Amino acid sequence: MQLTNRSKQVSNKEMTLAEKMYLPAVIGGLAITIRHFFRKKPTIQYPEVKRYLGPIYRGHHILKRDEQGRERCTACGLCAVACPAEAISMVAAERKKGEESLYREEKYAAVYEINMLRCIFCGLCEEACPKQAVYLRHDKMVPVFQERDEVIYGKDKLVEKMDDRYIRANNSEVKTTPTEPSLTRAAT
Amino acid sequence: MDLTVLLVKGLIILVIFAITLGIAAYSTYAERKVAAFLQDRIGPNRAGPWGLMQPLADAGKMFFKEDFIPAQASKWLFILGPCLAMLTALMSSAVIPFGDTIKFDNYAIPVQAIEINIGVLYIFGVVSLGVYGIMVGGWASNNKFSLLGAIRAASQNISYEIALGLSLIAILMMSGSLSLKAIIDEQATFFEWNIFTQPLGFVIFLTCAFAECNRTPFDLPECETELVGGYHTEYSSMKLGFYLFAEYINMFVSSAFISALYFGGFHYPFMNEISQALEKSLGAITGHNVATAIGVVGYFGKIFFFIFFFMWVRWTLPRFRYDQLMNLGWKTFIPLAILNVVLTGAGLLYNFKYATWLIAIVMIVLAVSTMTRTPKREVMPQRTV
Repeated sequence: MQLTNRSKQVSNKEMTLAEKMYLPAVIGGLAITIRHFFRKKPTIQYPEVKRYLGPIYRGHHILKRDEQGRERCTACGLCAVACPAEAISMVAAERKKGEESLYREEKYAAVYEINMLRCIFCGLCEEACPKQAVYLRHDKMVPVFQERDEVIYGKDKLVEKMDDRYIRANNSEVKTTPTEPSLTRAAT
Repeated sequence: MDLTVLLVKGLIILVIFAITLGIAAYSTYAERKVAAFLQDRIGPNRAGPWGLMQPLADAGKMFFKEDFIPAQASKWLFILGPCLAMLTALMSSAVIPFGDTIKFDNYAIPVQAIEINIGVLYIFGVVSLGVYGIMVGGWASNNKFSLLGAIRAASQNISYEIALGLSLIAILMMSGSLSLKAIIDEQATFFEWNIFTQPLGFVIFLTCAFAECNRTPFDLPECETELVGGYHTEYSSMKLGFYLFAEYINMFVSSAFISALYFGGFHYPFMNEISQALEKSLGAITGHNVATAIGVVGYFGKIFFFIFFFMWVRWTLPRFRYDQLMNLGWKTFIPLAILNVVLTGAGLLYNFKYATWLIAIVMIVLAVSTMTRTPKREVMPQRTV
């Protein structure tokens, strides 16, 4: 398959005198490299400048709340079952009287932990969730760990903050493809 | 020679020493930056603004690494190798005249560490000693790759030194002196710069300088694809650092040497008019010193251009094969250099300085004619599968 028309056929025939003098070819090469010297560099200065990774990037996990601020998760455990790396563990609890504004249904996750060293960010928990509770954010990565006890993320780090809600398609740059199943579900 | 002269002289020597080291240190940074820019990258930019602290960081790294001496190595020679390389590299910048003279009271002190009338010979002697550093180090490592690298370095340096010397003889014939200062003074007007009188000699000299510095396209002593690391395979820590550093000092010295021999050293176009105007407006002594300073700046501009050129070539051309290297040295450069000497001599008989253009013109004509005579190579479209 021909990708570009810049390829040149090489041959084994004897070099002409001009080619044996090397100098024309050397000067040609130098001209090519000096053009690259003044070219704009495509480098992105990573920690300072971060690139938009696309609407389907799978980053930091988030446990969604509904419109009234109640946690959606019912601790059914389907995400933990779906997880190929066995990174998710949870403890279910029953909702008490007076907690209706905190949890949407009668059962909720008292403890919900993801081991970020085990997680492979495959997104299968997101696919498995019947309550649209767990998502992998497209706009935020899990930061680098310094200590081992930072590795397990509990509900304090996972549950969505009401003043900083996560909506996958809020960015105008986001170009969604309608065939992407998780995105069509995210809109609901 | 009284005390002030001695002090000024000592100061100049110290400054030249410091400048040599500083330029070599920043050449490592420049090398990485130039390499990066030529390859559409940015290069080191984390240590300090624009990565300017990078040489310090590198040196710190080098000092704190483990200084390992292999068990089977010849210990003292192993240590002697990098010392010799560094010593000879530093010695050679002593005779380069970086500027005209500094005047004060009624003294005129040349901006040069030592003024000797055999400067060119001195540099040649010291540079050919430089290969001992590589030889000794490579042999003492007791490692086949190192030994091969050392042998390659020795044979390459010996081969190219001949062509280097022969191309230089034409210049010595024209100036009639071995003193670098006299050679520079010979090139006072712009069109008498040796690049214009000796174009072929310049090309030969430049190529041989690349070979002498063990720089790509001729870096066979350390070619990592064949010899792991060449002569410094077994070296680590600051001993390796000294080898690399010596290479950069050599690069600086040969750049200075090339610009002194072929590009008029501290001369620049309209130099006499400018220095006369300065002396008229600022007084004889300060005017002269300012003119000298301008010359020094111009000289360093030329040196920096050649250091850049060394790097530019390094990141453009692939390495020669060993037989190609030897063919080029013995079968091309030495005959051409001898022809160059003969033609220069013939030209000097008739007081004509530009005789060697004849060789260049004949070569260009021959090249063009062979190129037009050979049928143009058919560019066959690639078969698509």
